[in-house]
Amino acid sequence: MSEATPAAAERSDDADIVIGVRDLVTHYGDRKILDGIDMDIRRGEIMVIMGGSGSGKSTLLRHLIRLERKTSGTIELLGREVDDMSDYEFYAFCRKLGVAFQGGALFSSMTVGENVMLPLREHTKLDQTTMEIMVRMKLEVVDLAIAETLMPAELSGGMIKRAALARAIVMDPTLLFCDEPSAGLDPVVSSALDELILRLRDAMGMTIVVVTHELESAFRIADRITVLDRGKILAIGTVDEVRNSKNDRIQALLTRRFEEEELDAEEYIRRLVGDKQNV
Amino acid sequence: MAAPDRPNGRAVEFFEEVGRSTVRGVEQFGYGATLFWQTFYWLFMGRARQQRVRMAPIFAEAMEAGIRAIPIIAILSMTIGIMLALQGIHALKSFGAEHQVVLGVALGITREFAPLITGILVAGRSGSALAARLATMTISQEIDALRSMGIDPVRFLVVPAMLAMAVMVPTLVIMADFVALLGAGLYIAPEIDITMAAYIDQTLAAISVDDVLHGVSKSAIFGVLITIVGIVDGSSVTGGAEGVGRVTTAAVVHGISAIVLTDMVFVFAATR
Repeated sequence: MSEATPAAAERSDDADIVIGVRDLVTHYGDRKILDGIDMDIRRGEIMVIMGGSGSGKSTLLRHLIRLERKTSGTIELLGREVDDMSDYEFYAFCRKLGVAFQGGALFSSMTVGENVMLPLREHTKLDQTTMEIMVRMKLEVVDLAIAETLMPAELSGGMIKRAALARAIVMDPTLLFCDEPSAGLDPVVSSALDELILRLRDAMGMTIVVVTHELESAFRIADRITVLDRGKILAIGTVDEVRNSKNDRIQALLTRRFEEEELDAEEYIRRLVGDKQNV
Repeated sequence: MAAPDRPNGRAVEFFEEVGRSTVRGVEQFGYGATLFWQTFYWLFMGRARQQRVRMAPIFAEAMEAGIRAIPIIAILSMTIGIMLALQGIHALKSFGAEHQVVLGVALGITREFAPLITGILVAGRSGSALAARLATMTISQEIDALRSMGIDPVRFLVVPAMLAMAVMVPTLVIMADFVALLGAGLYIAPEIDITMAAYIDQTLAAISVDDVLHGVSKSAIFGVLITIVGIVDGSSVTGGAEGVGRVTTAAVVHGISAIVLTDMVFVFAATR
């Protein structure tokens, strides 16, 4: 496992690298959110990005799919620097990407079938019948064929996630990004979703990036795990390497103590009352 | 540790807030102008960029903003027509000139009242709905989802709404002209003892095509303004449901303000 500047050590001329991030830095105002992120993701692997709340994992995902603009550094997807592409080039490039958002982000005015069909309708010249067949095939893949005519408001949390996944894979993307796929789901549904992600990787050969804070889910699906803490990479490694890490912060994450920061009493009281009083 | 007192703290805060609001206003104006430009861009370049503007959403928007607004606009236009007739006759009676009421009412309706009432109603009805829709879509990451699918949100959401508004608001104004003039006629004809046919003759003699075009052309601008304000306010949402409510209210207030101000400028320019 690599630590401190993990990807730097791993960097190679590996032709299988489909996502390359180099020295990624981003700020929200004066706050540094991502600080020198350096990572490679190889073709056909499932990379899980995990960390506590506010660690920057969702922000990193948003940068990878260009929903946020970085302060500095480079992000290459399939050999192309994302920020160097014009909007039109990136829109065309997006056909190779699939994104399943945390809350599903299904269009509430469309049925599940119409949601899944949208990328096909917008990016292909397929006839209606072919598109309907493809939609049913993808809904079958995610075990959601019965929901084709339902509206998103009629779906359960797990069904929404699966419908979002069906929409994300309908164009058979090379890269699939999933933001917290099992958050808020019961263990059985969460486990089924994990199986589905593994199946997608095995059957369709996709490279999958999953952002999650669910440890069980991460260990179940990951080929490799990137651990983020306060905008920096703590470690990148296989499940066993992360599990056996000697790093205190990683062990704190694994034992669910990650959020408990060590504060002295004065600092704690200052946070509570602000700068208005002497403490 | 105590924070150091700032000299003239409240005055500084006031000017900071004024500065922030000004910057926000300029930003929103710039964003609105960008949306207007991008609408034309996607309309004419969409096919070449493989981002074709589709007809179905335009018809859906036209149905929602235009056809479904017909009943309420008809009722209010009729009411406004009758009200103008009542006020006109009442005011002119003191000069013994109530027969001139047709001229005032016809010009007032076609040049001012029909476009203004229609614009205000559409802003309250469709502008607010547009802002609420955009805000909800922003919060639920649907706008992000569009981008990640390679679908430009302006082409997908803004262009159909803007085209539908630019066509349907003038269409509604023409309808409002007819209904308001009819309402006024129903009161005026018996009140000044003329036939309905004579009222129609007098009305047609009083107004010209230019008068109707004056109202109709500015209403097309109102339609575009309502859309831009709805989109700009809707996409500026922060927070959850409360934020959606806030931007929806803002869209109505800003939309009506924009319509009234533009109307004044338009009338000033057209009557010079």
